[in-house]
Amino acid sequence: MEYLVEGILRAVTLILTLDPYVISVAKVQIIVSTSAVILASATAVPIAVLFSFRNFPFKNFLLTLINTGMGLPPVVVGLVVFVFFMRRGPLGFLDLVYTREIMVIAQYLLAFPIILGVSIAAINAVPKSIRETAYTLGARDREVALVVIKEAAFGIITGILAGAGRVFAEVGAILTVGGNIAYDIATPEGIIHVSKTRTLSTAIPLETSQGDIAAAIAFGLILLTITFILNLLVSFLRRRASIEA
Amino acid sequence: MKLKLLGVFFVLFLLTLNLGCTAKEEAKAPSEGAAAQEAQASKEMPKLVLATTTSTYNSGLLEVLNTEFQKKYGVLVEVHAVGTGAAIRMARDGEVDVVLVHARGKEDKFLEDGYGINRRNVMYNDFIIVGPKSDPAGIRGMKSAAEAFKKIAKAQAKFVSRGDNSGTHAKEQTIWKLAGITPSGDWYEQTGQGMGKTLTIASEKQAYTLTDRGTFLAYKGKLDLEVLVEGPVKGGDPTLSNPYAVIAVNPKKYPDRNYELAMLYIGFLTSPEGQKLIAEYRKNGEQLFYPDALVDRENYNQYLPVTIHGLYDEQGEPYTGVTLPPKG
Repeated sequence: MEYLVEGILRAVTLILTLDPYVISVAKVQIIVSTSAVILASATAVPIAVLFSFRNFPFKNFLLTLINTGMGLPPVVVGLVVFVFFMRRGPLGFLDLVYTREIMVIAQYLLAFPIILGVSIAAINAVPKSIRETAYTLGARDREVALVVIKEAAFGIITGILAGAGRVFAEVGAILTVGGNIAYDIATPEGIIHVSKTRTLSTAIPLETSQGDIAAAIAFGLILLTITFILNLLVSFLRRRASIEA
Repeated sequence: MKLKLLGVFFVLFLLTLNLGCTAKEEAKAPSEGAAAQEAQASKEMPKLVLATTTSTYNSGLLEVLNTEFQKKYGVLVEVHAVGTGAAIRMARDGEVDVVLVHARGKEDKFLEDGYGINRRNVMYNDFIIVGPKSDPAGIRGMKSAAEAFKKIAKAQAKFVSRGDNSGTHAKEQTIWKLAGITPSGDWYEQTGQGMGKTLTIASEKQAYTLTDRGTFLAYKGKLDLEVLVEGPVKGGDPTLSNPYAVIAVNPKKYPDRNYELAMLYIGFLTSPEGQKLIAEYRKNGEQLFYPDALVDRENYNQYLPVTIHGLYDEQGEPYTGVTLPPKG
């Protein structure tokens, strides 16, 4: 019990004193996962509009694929990305293995299907009458699309937050492609540990296995706060959406 | 063309779905059987819990030894391959019966603090410095590990460290200390992971790293790295020697740990039979470990803290010696 209380106290101290190692690890996580979500949103939302405005062959099959993609195991995604980008792999010349860039790629692949799938559902849920009214008022495709996106905004944002929740919570993909690497910097106050590709979620099992429980708890607390805020936003939006409906 | 491709994907997709289903159904029956079998085995078979370094496990030697031990004595060995620092920590917490480790300074501390007992030398091999063929720091063939580390640091050539408090990490820190360098900067990266993973990362990044010879030989085929500085096994720098020891957890500290089985295991590893298995073990045709428990005359050094025979601890400092328990 003492162990636990001491661990939590030290963890809180680490966070409050802005311990450079803890901050650098949190920073890498936020930069990587946020970039992945932004890129995934920027590509998934337009494609979702295309899906609900156009008909094309194999549309239902693609929808099934997207739904399957929503549940892709992160470790498998990490493995596939790694195999393509490893030195002997087809994209090895890009020299991206164990960098933040490749972590963004892996997490992008995890977030994209979720944001796409939820966005398609949200856009399809917008009453057909709204589109028809817009068309009869002389709007063009692009304008109608914007109207529909606006109507489906809550659903789309929920999808984006769900994607964010997934990438902030996963370990398998970023561990495999990122390598969980840190390095040391010599400063007048001594050596500081700095994260290169180490994130909150990958640092937790590492620090636990090495016996630095306080650091692990500090990372856990930050990660928990992030996912808590994401979930709070989702439920807030859901309530607003149901009120408006 | 596109349609055809999509068709192919569709078929593949159906196949995977189908496979997934049948695999699930098939997997169910045997896994239940296996679980029952395992439960039965663990009920009947006494179990010894061992914490060890990743090198003994990754090299495949432990599997050979433990299979033979199980055959001979009907004892199941549960292995936690975690690295020396973590292995000793598990032993201190009373989570294991016995450890097989390689960091003399940490071992002595473990014994002095009263958590470990009956340490025996088991075998040795050596550490080597490996790196890319192109060898940007120009350390190939150097006779001193510390000098090689100096050159790597001077060239700021990429170096990947275990950074995980393991025996190999401790040895690496000793060498940096001998070189008079505190490595820092983004050329010096720490994986915090096992030797196999660290070698893979070094190979991908074309970086230098310090490794035990055993794990390197076991992974060699998959790596784009070469041995650049040899250890004592191939006539290289003696500071790169790598002795392994087996230590039982003190039954006075943890009476519920299985001390008898731990001693049985120590006896087995240091017996002519265990030593022969170690000497004969080959990976890719190469010998990974050299037995050193059988001697013509007793090697007393193995029972003494390193200070007494003039060795240095893992940080390269003279060892502080035995701390006596408070009187009374």
